[in-house]
Amino acid sequence: MGQQLGFYLNQQFCMGCKTCAVACKDKNDMEIGVNLRRLTEVSGGGFAKVGDTYVPEVFAYWIGVSCNHCDHPKCVENCPTGAMHKNPEDGVVSVDQTKCIGCRYCTWSCPYGAPQYSEQRGKTQKCDMCADYRAQGKDPACVTSCPMRAIEWGPIDELKKKHPDAVVAVHGLPDPLMTSPNTIYTSHKSAVSGGRK
Amino acid sequence: MSEKWSISRRSLLKWSGALAGAAAVGGLGAGGVGPFAPTEANADSEPKVIPTGCSNNCGGRCVIRAHVKEGVITRIESDPDPDSAEQMALRGCLRGRSYRSIVYHPDRLKYPMKRVGKRGEGKFERISWDEATTMIANELKRINEKHGALSIYPHYASGISGPAAGTGFIKRLLGLYAGDYLNYYGTYSSGQTRYATPYTYGTSNSGNHRADWVNSKLIILDGFNPAETVFGTNTMYYLRKAKEAGAKIIVIDPRYTDTALALADEWIPIRPGTDSALIDAMAYTMIKENLHDQAFLDKYCLGFDEEHMPAGTPAGNSYKTYVMGQADGQPKTPEWAQKITGIPANRIKALAREYAMVKPGALIQGFGPQRHANGEQSVRSATLLACMTGNVGRSGGHASGAGYPPSTVTFGGIPVKAGTGKVQISCFIWTDAIVRGAEMTAEKDLIVGAAKLPSNIKLIFNLAGNTLVNQHSDINKTAQILADESLCEFIVTSDIFMSPSAKFSDLVLPGTTTYERDNILTPWGHGEYAIYSNKVIEPMYECREEYDWLSDVAEKLGLKKEFTEGKSLEDWMKFCCEGAAKAHPEFPGFEAFKKAGVFRRKVAAPEIAFAKQIADPEKNKFATPSGKIELFSKALFDRKNPQFVPAVPKYVPAFDGPSDPLVEKYPLQMTGWHYKRRSHSTHDNNPVMTEAGRQEMWINPIDADARGIADGDQVKIFNDRGATLIPAKVTTRIMPGVIAVPQGAWYAPGKDGVDTHGAINILTTQRGSYMSNSNPQHTNLVEVVKA
Repeated sequence: MGQQLGFYLNQQFCMGCKTCAVACKDKNDMEIGVNLRRLTEVSGGGFAKVGDTYVPEVFAYWIGVSCNHCDHPKCVENCPTGAMHKNPEDGVVSVDQTKCIGCRYCTWSCPYGAPQYSEQRGKTQKCDMCADYRAQGKDPACVTSCPMRAIEWGPIDELKKKHPDAVVAVHGLPDPLMTSPNTIYTSHKSAVSGGRK
Repeated sequence: MSEKWSISRRSLLKWSGALAGAAAVGGLGAGGVGPFAPTEANADSEPKVIPTGCSNNCGGRCVIRAHVKEGVITRIESDPDPDSAEQMALRGCLRGRSYRSIVYHPDRLKYPMKRVGKRGEGKFERISWDEATTMIANELKRINEKHGALSIYPHYASGISGPAAGTGFIKRLLGLYAGDYLNYYGTYSSGQTRYATPYTYGTSNSGNHRADWVNSKLIILDGFNPAETVFGTNTMYYLRKAKEAGAKIIVIDPRYTDTALALADEWIPIRPGTDSALIDAMAYTMIKENLHDQAFLDKYCLGFDEEHMPAGTPAGNSYKTYVMGQADGQPKTPEWAQKITGIPANRIKALAREYAMVKPGALIQGFGPQRHANGEQSVRSATLLACMTGNVGRSGGHASGAGYPPSTVTFGGIPVKAGTGKVQISCFIWTDAIVRGAEMTAEKDLIVGAAKLPSNIKLIFNLAGNTLVNQHSDINKTAQILADESLCEFIVTSDIFMSPSAKFSDLVLPGTTTYERDNILTPWGHGEYAIYSNKVIEPMYECREEYDWLSDVAEKLGLKKEFTEGKSLEDWMKFCCEGAAKAHPEFPGFEAFKKAGVFRRKVAAPEIAFAKQIADPEKNKFATPSGKIELFSKALFDRKNPQFVPAVPKYVPAFDGPSDPLVEKYPLQMTGWHYKRRSHSTHDNNPVMTEAGRQEMWINPIDADARGIADGDQVKIFNDRGATLIPAKVTTRIMPGVIAVPQGAWYAPGKDGVDTHGAINILTTQRGSYMSNSNPQHTNLVEVVKA
């Protein structure tokens, strides 16, 4: 295989604006309910009563996920037709629309919700890291949309080298041992797995 | 959803002649795909990529690259340019990115309509453009003759910004025809700060350029949430840069906002409308501990202490006298402020020490703290604290106040007849001017340009605005006033949807979206650039831009030549560019600007507000009456209303605030906020934005538990003015005692008059703020029950 591609997210600066999700949706013409890039808010903590005031012990952050183009993609493993496949050149996982029969096994097996079933198309849709854009020498839509410049893409080994502090697991995501995802995060201060305040 | 869409799409294609070709080639299959439909005009053809922009009135102005195939927009991209050391790409947010589902929304207004039922009932009948423009010309003539030019009110409207908006052209036409019109001052967004900031500094341009923020060691964001308001394209990115350069960021806000979670080292929740109490206690601490910059105050400021007062002012009126309690017996101690703000006294002291000692520091106030009954005081207090710490006029500091940049890109505007538009009301009091305009005076109602108004408002032009009903306060009261057809006699609305405001109009005209007209976009706040927003597609259906049909009205009034000067809308844009060429030698000219889509002004270094005045105060005076920074204002002193309009900044408890006795009945404070999914009320009906963010009320678990409310429950918020239904988001991201409802959701009354869609203004008041009669929509008391 060539170089495995992946995403890097600087979660620390993600403000949950969802521009990436909407840029992705527009670029890929997805209907309501089908989102190839998604953001989830994680929040909690509480307030301590101190005299007549409340003091916050509150955390909140956003987790952005599209597809992690995993080393061991469950969606590919469980696809009965071979529509879902991992590109041997760059490791990108995508779904061949001519082979997809809309059985949805992939949507049930991915712990990240990456494959999304489109009622209107009768087939699964998912992030292919904007293969068409990459072929034209452009960046994926989400990457160039981010107002905080918090999303990057490239060979995952290079991303890891560039961001030595980045991790594959942030609090709120599935155990990376399941699929070996190729998205790395600079964790939000409150999202450090096991280290959340 | 999909079925609904397929029906809508088919209808849409049927309605639109412009799209017939696309449908034939498209091969969209059953239902197509969409909210963005129609999209696949011809899968094989290369799209044209047209530089344009987003002209809704959020805080940013962003580059859009629209892909067009055979007259149909197929994709929205934003600024393709990479960031460089000199300039940042002007990337659009989710709102701009979702715009296809506005342009191709099945509910677009498609032809002119006149009201046939009672006003506000929502019954309309299709008419021709000829009938519509004749009706406008006739009503204009009738009302002008009967009530005079000052009874005609071009309403506050910001659905389309820039010189191509109808709001400028209607003023031009009224000047030519009626000789004048009733104008307004201020804005719903920034009324208090624009009014109050000049009392301190002589101008509202009190902010450093954002590129200077990297020089701050401490940044305090008070009620500032650019993650959602945007407040200048790239403002969040500038703050990221500042944080990476080492600034500590503290966010003061009742909510743990998206700005706070992405940037804040600390969050200090504060009760809405009590910022001045916090600042008073910080000032008290600084004085007690001798941490303030006395030399700065002595040199540049008027009114801090008794030694620096204007001649002839009675003793005991300085800020220091007030804050130390010598005037009223109440020292403004952190313990005093704790009870008001909900912030522990120790935290207030620590914050005072930090801001006084970590220099330079930028206290940046958003527009949230000023959108209150007492909002002018929050503004004046923050400017005072910036002076007490000597952070004015210096790199890395910030003078606070409105914070508009010292200079920005300048274009020409649409010319109006000289001398017109001088008589003005605060933009917030127009409903009052419908009822009793002829009683209004300069003294009592802050009328500008005349001692009194000659008439009530009788004719309203509401061009691309939803402030007629939805965005104005107290919807029930507004609806009652508008429903009385004997008061305001004629209302014209131009819009792209049957908004709650359009429903209360006599004539509803189908307008164009940002992509169906040429325009020039300049940021109202930060940003050293302008965008040429090219027309991308032809107007759909029978939709027309306002200039187009106003030209027809002008013709019927015998003024077409004078009104148009033979110019197309694009010609007017060209005309506006002459102003830019004069102001900016590097301006490349109209054609080049239009082609490139962006013009960036050359700025050698980030400008620092008041740098000159601070460097050489003798040569460079502040534009105040005294030439100094006026912490004490003689002009305010002369208003002789010290309790509510004090001459020095003070904590003035707000009506409907946390110390109003009304809290016995309505114990929760309610504040609004600008939600990422809307630009004011624009995009409320956009399905992509509804998916991105549901309309919801934030409530702390402590308050929710006390009322048996679980996350996701439908609840009713109510007070004496009205009630609304909305789902609850039970979250620790808001402080106890406060709920928050994002502004801009469209009023949708049920049979019982209860709004069903979380429209905040069913609950807000038409009472203007104390000092400037501005919009206090964040000052509210309510109760919440499970619906």
